[in-house]
Amino acid sequence: MSDTHARTVAFSRDTMLPPVPPPVRETGAVRWLRENLLGGPLNVALTVLSLVAIWWALSGFLPWAWRGIWDASSLTECRARRDELYGPGVPAACWAIIAERWPQLVFGFYPQSGYWRPPVALAVFLVAVMPVLFPSLPRRMLWLLPPAPFVIYWLLWGGSLWGPATVAAGFALGWGVWLLARRGGAGAGLALAAGVAAAALWWWWIAGPLAGTLARGVPLALQPVLSKDMGGFTLSFVIGLSAIVLSLPLGVLLALARRSEMPIISTVAVVYIEIIRGVPLIVWLFTAQLLLNYFLPRGTNFDLMLRVIIMVTLFAAAYLAEVIRGGLAALPKGQFEAADALGLGYWQSMRLVVLPQALKISIPGIVNTFIGLFKDTTLVAFIGMFDPIGLTGSIRATTAWNGIYWEPYVFIAIVFFVVCYAMSRYSIWLERRLEREHRPAT
Amino acid sequence: MRATMWGAAALIVAAGAASAQTLNDVRSRGVLNCGVNTGLTGFAEPDAQGVWQGFDVDICRAVAAAVLNDPMAVNFVPTTGQTRFTALSSGEIDLLARNSTWTFSRDTELRLDFVAVNYYDGQGFLVPRALGVASAQELDGATICIQTGTTTELNLADFFRVNNISYEPVPIANDDEGQQQYLAGACDVYTTDASGLASVRATFENPDDHVILPEIISKEPLGPVVRHGDNEWADLVRWVFYAMVAAEELGITQDNVAEMASAPGDNPEINRLLGTEDEYGTMIGLDAQWAVRVIEAVGNYGESFERHIGEGSPIGLARGLNAQWTDGGLIYAPPFR
Repeated sequence: MSDTHARTVAFSRDTMLPPVPPPVRETGAVRWLRENLLGGPLNVALTVLSLVAIWWALSGFLPWAWRGIWDASSLTECRARRDELYGPGVPAACWAIIAERWPQLVFGFYPQSGYWRPPVALAVFLVAVMPVLFPSLPRRMLWLLPPAPFVIYWLLWGGSLWGPATVAAGFALGWGVWLLARRGGAGAGLALAAGVAAAALWWWWIAGPLAGTLARGVPLALQPVLSKDMGGFTLSFVIGLSAIVLSLPLGVLLALARRSEMPIISTVAVVYIEIIRGVPLIVWLFTAQLLLNYFLPRGTNFDLMLRVIIMVTLFAAAYLAEVIRGGLAALPKGQFEAADALGLGYWQSMRLVVLPQALKISIPGIVNTFIGLFKDTTLVAFIGMFDPIGLTGSIRATTAWNGIYWEPYVFIAIVFFVVCYAMSRYSIWLERRLEREHRPAT
Repeated sequence: MRATMWGAAALIVAAGAASAQTLNDVRSRGVLNCGVNTGLTGFAEPDAQGVWQGFDVDICRAVAAAVLNDPMAVNFVPTTGQTRFTALSSGEIDLLARNSTWTFSRDTELRLDFVAVNYYDGQGFLVPRALGVASAQELDGATICIQTGTTTELNLADFFRVNNISYEPVPIANDDEGQQQYLAGACDVYTTDASGLASVRATFENPDDHVILPEIISKEPLGPVVRHGDNEWADLVRWVFYAMVAAEELGITQDNVAEMASAPGDNPEINRLLGTEDEYGTMIGLDAQWAVRVIEAVGNYGESFERHIGEGSPIGLARGLNAQWTDGGLIYAPPFR
């Protein structure tokens, strides 16, 4: 068989040809360019158009930004320095306003000796939520979470540490009583009532005098800061992050309520969501600022920032509820039934089977809502609060800086972009991490 | 619908209940809640340290000096055009000093009291010199940048209707946008209060390329406002302001007030104002030294004007209508008698 075959072929090569490098147009940058930018006349045209557009945008912006003047104390001085350096009329940014006023854009009217406090509070917040955001961290770090809000409150608003500490102790006491009652065999309702009663009694009778006594003994106090003195990005972050943290649980509850089979609960949720969602945020902010005052007793001073945080939270919760409801609806009915078949109760099945999957599906929508919420904090400028946008107006009102526009806006835009981009990157990372469907079984 | 009516009823009751309480409220609180602009050059602006400065801000400081003996005991509440009057009638602020025009409907329907006029303004036009226009009568067919929802918008329509000429409005939201649009050439003319035009023009790169036309087409009397119904408080604010005005007329300044108040002088009106003769302070619920504190804190009307918006300041407004009546202006304090 092999003999016949051998005779039919005249020549058979028994050595390999040395490999030849691939053609230039099929490798590296050239191939990438050809395939991605120059593949066909339409793509060539689009590439040229895009390049022209990018050039047009950057050729104006970059020289302007690069030539920027950093040391001047007023716009007039900026213009004089520019004339001296580049000649009159040459576009040049006046970054001196950022150099002079950045503390105000970041901290508002926060006392200067306390500028370290908001960043430390932010760091405490980030460390505390770290174990929630990154499941690979040790679970023990979750213990940092409960005390964090009290520490952050103390850092931002100052005053005696013992105030927030005794309030926190009330929560701990209530939780402890609840735990003891459960261990002792009390029913869920009774244990809850006992816990709440213990905490209420503590706050009502003991917390105030105890905080006072402790403060006299060991005065651990920071200089108190009023909400109205917080401005700039401190204000944006306080409002944005509080609303983000508070609106997520509220949104989950609302989403579950809306899908509930109990008619009163689902009706209340539907009415709430539709009313909140049907009215623009700015109207709710005006309501918080103006209308509430008429209905509160005269002389009560219900902190404006607190009112705004509550309103923004309620607003975001309605949107989140719908996003999460989308996640719940996308879940196959079999999952609910499987949870029931395992004998899990409603809350158990939600916590262990349904919500983990529904929330995973909803991640892009949730983060989308959070990013929108964070940017919406700039709307408080319209009710006279000094968020970064509001501050640009009052900085411009000083004669030194009247007439300057782009520089503060560019600065604010960069900070917002960094924060929102970080959130977006995190959400993509989380989605990848939680990807289950197409991963090979291990 | 019914809820709205109840809301309106509650509003009226609340406004009515704001009776002769404000002075006591301020005293027991130890700080004056004063509504100001979120930022208007020369009138109200926080400096780099967050300390408020300005011509309107001085009114707040003067009242705080008279009532609380401390010009810094003021809680400045920044208000926008939408929130200012509600903030006042809801009791969030005790006094509004925010370049607000005194009009019929605000005084009556909104249940406010304008206690005095601290700046007589009027609407003017800013045009590029290159346009070659010398009078507002020649603006037929011009595009005009105008803030929506303000009295200036209505004044403009009135002016062009009366003169039977046409214009094309370019609506803008606020002063900042107006300046940008005007400089970018989106409109031929920018119109707002003349004081605003002067300060806007002063910030331009080439102020001489722009002119403010001679016509002033409206009356904009700006002044401090209090809630309707608390006459004692309204009297107090009114006479604190008039103390500043009278001080200028009588030649009392920040520098010489301590000396003039140390002993009764020849002029009985000065003596009455500075409390060296008679007991005028008690008539408005204050002590005899109230006016001395006001003038020590912010100076007389002319000094305050000069410091923040006058010809010595970067804004460089002439006194004009805001000169003392003895100099041909409208600033006129009733006698201290």
